[in-house]
Amino acid sequence: MKQYIGKRVGYCLLSLFLLSVTIFFFVRVTGDPATLLVEPGASQADMDAIRHQFGLDRPLWTQYGIFIASLAHGDLGQSFYYRTPVLELYLSRLPNSLYLAAVAMFLSLLIGIPTGVLASVRVGRFWDNAGKMFTLLGLSLPSFWVGLVLILVFSVYLGWLPSSGAGTPLHLIMPAFALGWYFAAAHMRLTRSSMLEVLGSEYVKLARLKGLPQSLVIAKHAFKNALIPVLTLAGINLVIMVNVAIVVEVVFAWPGIGRLLYEGISFRDFPVVQGVVLMGGAMLVIVNLVVDILYAVIDPRIRLGS
Amino acid sequence: MSIQTELIALPPRAPSRFASLRLGDFPLIPALILGGIAFVAIFANLLAPHDPEIGSLAARFRPPVWQTGGSSQYLLGTDQLGRDVLSRLIFGARVSMVVGFTAVIFSGIVGTTLGILSGYLGGWVDQVIMRLTDTWLALPALTFAIFLAAIVGPSMWNIVLILGITYWTRYARVTRGEVLSLKEREFVRLAIVAGCSKFTIMRRHILPNILNTAIVLGTLELGVVIIAEATLSFLGVGVPPPEPAWGLMLSDGKQSLMVGRWWLSVLPGVCIMLMVLSANILGDWLRVKLDPQLRQL
Repeated sequence: MKQYIGKRVGYCLLSLFLLSVTIFFFVRVTGDPATLLVEPGASQADMDAIRHQFGLDRPLWTQYGIFIASLAHGDLGQSFYYRTPVLELYLSRLPNSLYLAAVAMFLSLLIGIPTGVLASVRVGRFWDNAGKMFTLLGLSLPSFWVGLVLILVFSVYLGWLPSSGAGTPLHLIMPAFALGWYFAAAHMRLTRSSMLEVLGSEYVKLARLKGLPQSLVIAKHAFKNALIPVLTLAGINLVIMVNVAIVVEVVFAWPGIGRLLYEGISFRDFPVVQGVVLMGGAMLVIVNLVVDILYAVIDPRIRLGS
Repeated sequence: MSIQTELIALPPRAPSRFASLRLGDFPLIPALILGGIAFVAIFANLLAPHDPEIGSLAARFRPPVWQTGGSSQYLLGTDQLGRDVLSRLIFGARVSMVVGFTAVIFSGIVGTTLGILSGYLGGWVDQVIMRLTDTWLALPALTFAIFLAAIVGPSMWNIVLILGITYWTRYARVTRGEVLSLKEREFVRLAIVAGCSKFTIMRRHILPNILNTAIVLGTLELGVVIIAEATLSFLGVGVPPPEPAWGLMLSDGKQSLMVGRWWLSVLPGVCIMLMVLSANILGDWLRVKLDPQLRQL
């Protein structure tokens, strides 16, 4: 067990290292960051001064060392536009993103789990096929378009919901739905396959042999166990949601980290872009590690198998 | 008894690559839609009634022909610069097709090559490639693509490159798994005994056997890549204006949406949806038909 965890932590550190190297070198190799820092048409002397000020005239490996050292201190650099530390900006926006993701997750589970259960109980019939169509639509509709159509219907034509911004629970409904839509499809698919697996297992057969009614077998015996993988996926998806919400946040002007990334891109505020991507990547890597370890704790086959 | 003899008497059918492609449940409508979009993309110059990049400011924000104020000159209306929406949608099909297919092929080549190398050579090559794949998988793909696009600047070919290096991991994973079992097969051992070089074996004996899988993965990836392109363009780091990309049209139309000019953002979205939905349905069908191993995917 210890060996397994050690190995996983090692891979995780390796991933984080590769992540930082990739981000660091892509910035330096694909362009001179100094050109992003100065006004277009700046003189060569200005450029050199900027380069020296940000340490861009030193060898790449030295620069990387400094970059990593400041990361270790929790320093993601200074935003060019806001003139405040990137980490501070990030943390000030994070609660909004988490709030949106949590509501979107709730919606997606609310839609995904019941439809998944229905589909698994009625395999190959109406509800199953309807579920399949729903999943396909969920995977095929870009979330920003879903968002725009929602705005058109509920804000422009019906005037029921505010089209953008944050503040009241009403502001949250459309972005949460646009974001949760895709994930509802994923949760439905997993609930269905997980239910099917459990329904075919021995203890469910036994419950049926005991003469329990179908509804009780499904609700009490099958459903609870089928829920485990769904909730695990939901945990990972929550982190993914925070990081893919960028388009939805842009459409609805929701002040989360996705919107921060977008602003960073529009204002050519490079440290912000770098910081948000780095934080997002690190979050995902760490969540994957936690899930791997949890799985190993639950299931001995995993830790002994690899 | 008679049933049993009948079963035994069944003639062994020679399995050819496309033997399982029965056309009984072929998804005809998605295939027609995708074919139609491809046709429109190829003959965009002939089909488009107007220049997609030049409009007349006198004819701004014309609604589609069936609404009051619409004219038959602009069947689907015009945008904020007076450009014909229909022509832009037609040329947008070309952008989506070119970016979608080249990115899928490019990422397929990268991923499959790495997968073959990793699976066949094993050892430290395998370790390095698989660790790299794991890291890449752990990254939020879309955010990473946005990040890359923001640095290298908007251009259509940059997008192809970026999507290629973002979405290769799935190919590498699946290919490696297949190669691991293929290399234990007799024909590969025979090739080794016959003195073929490693490179020859990978190219002549392994590659043809994993092409099916790669094609199935590619079809499934097409939808993902098209949405990613639209997303990048929507955020302003994708295909640069005035090029008529569907994602870009959507984001241009966002302002006008508030005053009810629905056609500017709804129509490109419908195009994206039709294309991605068709690609996904076709991919699903191909997956079940061509590759039983991928049915669980």
